[in-house]
Amino acid sequence: MNAIILSAIAGVVMMFSGIFSKNKHALTNTAIAGLLILLIGNILDTYHVYTITVNTHDMLHFDKFGASFNSIAIGATLLYVLLSGRDIEKVGVNVAEYYALVFFALCGISLLSSFNSLLILFLGVEIMSIPLYILTGADKKNLKGNEASLKYFLMGAFSTGIMLMGIALLYGATGNFEINPSQSLINVPLTHGILGPLGLLFIFISLSFKVSAAPFHFWTPDVYDGAPSVFTSFMATIIKSAGFIAFIRLFSSRSEDLEVSWQVILPLVIVATLLIGNITAVFQQSVKRMLAYSSIAQAGFMLFALYGSNDLAREGIILYATAYSLATIGIFAILIRMKDYTFDGYNGLAKKQPLLAFVNTVFLLSLAGIPLTAGFFAKYYMLASAIKEGGHSALWLVIVALLFAAVSVYYYFRVIQAMYFKDGEAEMSETNKGFRILLVIIACIIILIGIYPSLLLDRLYF
Amino acid sequence: MPIEYYIFLSLALFSIGIVGVLTRRNAIVVFMCIELMLNAVNLLLVAFSKMYYAMAVVNNSATTFGTDGQLFVFFIMVVAAAEVSVGLAIIVMMYRNTHSVDINFLNRLKN
Repeated sequence: MNAIILSAIAGVVMMFSGIFSKNKHALTNTAIAGLLILLIGNILDTYHVYTITVNTHDMLHFDKFGASFNSIAIGATLLYVLLSGRDIEKVGVNVAEYYALVFFALCGISLLSSFNSLLILFLGVEIMSIPLYILTGADKKNLKGNEASLKYFLMGAFSTGIMLMGIALLYGATGNFEINPSQSLINVPLTHGILGPLGLLFIFISLSFKVSAAPFHFWTPDVYDGAPSVFTSFMATIIKSAGFIAFIRLFSSRSEDLEVSWQVILPLVIVATLLIGNITAVFQQSVKRMLAYSSIAQAGFMLFALYGSNDLAREGIILYATAYSLATIGIFAILIRMKDYTFDGYNGLAKKQPLLAFVNTVFLLSLAGIPLTAGFFAKYYMLASAIKEGGHSALWLVIVALLFAAVSVYYYFRVIQAMYFKDGEAEMSETNKGFRILLVIIACIIILIGIYPSLLLDRLYF
Repeated sequence: MPIEYYIFLSLALFSIGIVGVLTRRNAIVVFMCIELMLNAVNLLLVAFSKMYYAMAVVNNSATTFGTDGQLFVFFIMVVAAAEVSVGLAIIVMMYRNTHSVDINFLNRLKN
């Protein structure tokens, strides 16, 4: 509960501080302070030290899993603001509002990590998405930004409509909005037996839109490419992981309703997502666009958690969210400072900025899932959960995933190759000492989790 | 009236909305079609809500079972209003830059 209330308050405070202060650095510092308070509040909540309690009539259910995810989302946002705060200040004049919108999106995320009612799922998705429509179009004069914003908005509102239809059909099938169908109070007329699975299918389609799983991914590259790079970083990491948390919370208690069709649809979606994400990423010339497609490919791996939906999958999704968010935030922080977003723009970076090239390599290796980085264990847990759940029938799916992981190595290594083995004048704007130290710290966290994943996962249980 | 009539009516409205979103090229019309989808859902929720109330009130005349469907409708209305304000602002922003609300006009991002 702390995270929900504090993030909403922090958002309002940010909006008012925009009236009183025009100093952009001061506003960034206020946001950092707000995020720190939020993080502390959430950690206190996780261990039940100090919790604001409100009677939510069972609409929210707080557990270790959701609270840990909140901590990761808030922590990643904190690192993101610390790294890219200067770039957020450059997007436009309304800096206070950008931070306020980030806080509101976090409020939506904390609702999504604890919902127990379809009403809260709907509100959480909307509170998370509406700020992002605005952030995507934050650069008002940029036509690409306008287009991305409109596209994102129309697709988002469309998928909301589909989700609501799904919720209405589920309501028709069970008579209440609980996510756990066993709590139905009166007997449901059996003639409407189709309504429940149909409703779940609609919600599945809608959430696939949100996490950009194929075949509902088509908006992703355009939106990620058109949005200001700083906000792409936020959208591609924290928001996307939150979509998966919502997915898992809903479908881990409801998947048996779909029975046979579930075992057919989900593997198809996973394979399509991996195929489209990885193959298209190979042909990109711009690193930013490549990262957009790679985020689709990573979504394909995160969908394995849905396929497994056991304890291993829950651990895995927490690990994946951490590994993926940290690495992508780092890569974007460096990308934003580059003059040229194409692969050629990275040529010879290792000679001019050896440290930045090295940490960038660590982030890319983690995304590719090379051992000794966090990305390896993240992918391992995902595939292991699928094997544990499906046994031999899941084996072909895991083999397909491994093949595509090998494909992904190609386009991540293109960046590394450009940095180390090609001659060129990579141009980069000024970076200060704090920025570099922070990147090194993130790289260290990634390697540390890659060696001892239990550091993170043990927090889920005691 | 049987509940099936309501289900078919609202599914028909919903399909009109979906087809409109996928085929129309004017951003405002697309937006109206999305609103049509949301209102189809509202209709369905109210119909289900009445159905469950009628089923429950037979056994217990003081029941409130089924009323949460109508409450949900208010949440949908509020969220739709918030979405309208953001969406129209985005469309106006686009109109200022391009003097058009045609979504075909926007294809710069395609490679």
